[in-house]
Amino acid sequence: MAGKAATAHHDDHPTGLKRYLFSTNHKDIGTLYLIFALVGGIVGGILSIGMRMELQHPGMQIFADPHMFNAFTTAHGLIMVFFMIMPSLFGGFGNWIVPLQIGAPDMAFPRLNNISFWLLPPAFALLLISMFVPGPPGGDGVGGGWTVYAPLSTSGSPGPAMDFAILSLHVAGASSILSAINFITTIFNMRAPGMTLHKMPLFVWSILVTAFLLLLALPVLAGAITMLLTDRNFGTTFFEASGGGDPILFQHLFWFFGHPEVYIIILPAFGLISHVISTFSNKPIFGYLGMAYAMAAIGAVGFVVWAHHMYTAGISLNTQAYFVAATMVIAVPTGVKIFSWIATMWGGSIQFKTPMLWAFGFIFLFTLGGVTGVVLANAGVDRALHDTYYVVAHFHYVLSLGATFGLFAGWYYWFPKITGYMYSEFIGKLHFWVSFIGVNLVFFPQHFLGLAGMPRRYADYPDAFAGWNYVSSVGSYISGFGVLIFLFGVFLAFQRKEKAADNPWGEGATTLEWTLSSPPPFHQFEQLPKIK
Amino acid sequence: MAKSHANQHDYHLVDPSPWPIIGGLSAFITAVGLIIWMRSMDGGEGLFGLHGPYVFVIGAIFIAGTMFVWWRDVIREAEVDGHHKPVVQLHLRYGMILFIASEVMFFVVWFWGFFDAALFPDEAVQVARTEFTGGEWPPKGTSTFNPWQIPLVNTLILLTSGTTVTWAHHALLNDDRRGLIVGLVLTIILGILFTSLQVYEYAVAPFSFSDSIYGATFFMATGFHGAHVIIGTIFLIVTLFRALAGHFTSKQHFGFEAAAWYWHFVDVVWLFLFSCIYVWAAGVPAEH
Repeated sequence: MAGKAATAHHDDHPTGLKRYLFSTNHKDIGTLYLIFALVGGIVGGILSIGMRMELQHPGMQIFADPHMFNAFTTAHGLIMVFFMIMPSLFGGFGNWIVPLQIGAPDMAFPRLNNISFWLLPPAFALLLISMFVPGPPGGDGVGGGWTVYAPLSTSGSPGPAMDFAILSLHVAGASSILSAINFITTIFNMRAPGMTLHKMPLFVWSILVTAFLLLLALPVLAGAITMLLTDRNFGTTFFEASGGGDPILFQHLFWFFGHPEVYIIILPAFGLISHVISTFSNKPIFGYLGMAYAMAAIGAVGFVVWAHHMYTAGISLNTQAYFVAATMVIAVPTGVKIFSWIATMWGGSIQFKTPMLWAFGFIFLFTLGGVTGVVLANAGVDRALHDTYYVVAHFHYVLSLGATFGLFAGWYYWFPKITGYMYSEFIGKLHFWVSFIGVNLVFFPQHFLGLAGMPRRYADYPDAFAGWNYVSSVGSYISGFGVLIFLFGVFLAFQRKEKAADNPWGEGATTLEWTLSSPPPFHQFEQLPKIK
Repeated sequence: MAKSHANQHDYHLVDPSPWPIIGGLSAFITAVGLIIWMRSMDGGEGLFGLHGPYVFVIGAIFIAGTMFVWWRDVIREAEVDGHHKPVVQLHLRYGMILFIASEVMFFVVWFWGFFDAALFPDEAVQVARTEFTGGEWPPKGTSTFNPWQIPLVNTLILLTSGTTVTWAHHALLNDDRRGLIVGLVLTIILGILFTSLQVYEYAVAPFSFSDSIYGATFFMATGFHGAHVIIGTIFLIVTLFRALAGHFTSKQHFGFEAAAWYWHFVDVVWLFLFSCIYVWAAGVPAEH
């Protein structure tokens, strides 16, 4: 401050390492988030390919110990949720795009924004360390699945690995709560003059709803895993029936967080897909208000459906009946969104640019996963399908395919704005088609495996399941190749340095970020835009 | 000041700061240190060749230091640089309310754990638990506190402290500096009194943290509340020092309001703890 030379230059800004390590700039912090998510995604993806290599044939292939397979699935799940999807869609695009779309110069709490990011690498490090320290007797790492149910996570995993995973989630959770506070405050208080809530871009709506879910759900996870920590280390009996505790309590608390968490993952994709579809159909989004309130409804109802993850845990029949009904209600606002996206395209002049392809892929995959979700919502059907590969296929269709395709739609849509360079359309489309074929090969056959009764979280399986498992593994290698194409595309874009226009997408792109230069100045909107 | 260019808005674009990354690293050291410490307890061998609470303590000191310099910067930006225009004050209000909302959800967990056990001590499917509790709450053989002794006194202390902090607030609004300081001092004394009585109760508790679900839910719920009382007391002490330094005016005193909000929040949590855990689930009081 006082020591800094006074200068009237607009683009005067910190440089070098200090610019990023000490950053209080939403775009630089957004970039950090995106780079972090890229690293997380690569680590999590390598773990998943390891799992598919193991499952390619019956019998043990690459792991000496089946526990190692379980440690891979656990780490894969936690990394993809907390260190790939959330940092990219919420942290990365949220930080980059929300202030631009609401016409604000930065976030409400720029310094808090930075610690939201800088808590993530330590959390990631704690989780990675957990893979290399003792967990259950005779094995390293946490093998209890990302849900870390007690008592497998208490008396079943006495080594320090579980403690590392618990504290990793504590730190990552603190990061998310702080950034949720930041986003809600920013969106409520920093919209440009004239931008009412009902004129706010849908991506901003999606981040607002997501932030509320994070704010209210993550403290519950923090409490639940604190109980795990004290049960493990200080002799409390929250989940220990012989001391009057209740192992089902952990499942309730976990899923009270865990179900909103799946909407935390998917809602930002809902928001950005609306922009991509509207832009490349050259039409305003169909049913804007319905779209916004559908997201709010999904967020609200998402808090009261948690026990549909627990049908087989011994909850009463009446409870099951309620959760079946409540869960199916979510299909209504979700249907509003799917049909409104289709209605937006209807009669539009559609351009099949790369982001639009990913948006198409998103709608297809998310709808498919949503339909199997309605199937699984039935407690009676779930009795047979619980913890089978049908469930694995279902949640990967909505999350790993839905959210990730949404993520790539956003990546290609905003890449020119963020970097100032155009990506290669050919590489982008190749990336899409290879990924689309790959992921469908991975997960579609898993429906068959699940219906045939193959349980998840096992490193080995009977010969009867060999065929579709082989197909699934081949699909995962194709998807992995797709990631290499993606990385090559990023490299190529930075190497070619083809300048992107301020608005490369034409008149269909109407939100405020396209009124700025590509990339935007270090501080945009020094004069706030007026919205009519 | 570098901000000589034509900003047409009142938002506060904060200068780059080293504290967030240092805070993140401190969190890492604290987390690893906590695990080392937990692994050292009860004759444990520690972890990574390290033993005892030292790493944890170092990390915690770093976190406390980070908080200190961070909030020192915030106060400077408000008091010296005048960055806290009305819209920025509004941000801070939203931020504090949202933070308290997340804290409320954190306490929901402890009440959930308590009611899960207290409402259903005889659930048919939970065979082992029913055997332990004898189908009743508090579990058979557990003697508890008499709610109408120290817990009632503590309730009155906290409610009184809620009025003294409001007294301080009204004094501040009326530019009555002496009233502000007296009100704050009284609130802090009452907070310390509450904590002292809680410490005494813990010391004479007829049940323990690790012998049953009763002790686990009781000590975790009231313990986290107690931790929040201590944090709130520290917040009020900082507020007192700022009041003595003349930081607050009748127009601009968000730091005071945040402390008061937080204090009311811990007060309300206590009312729920008192009515649910102490009174509703009272059981047979121990003689002491």
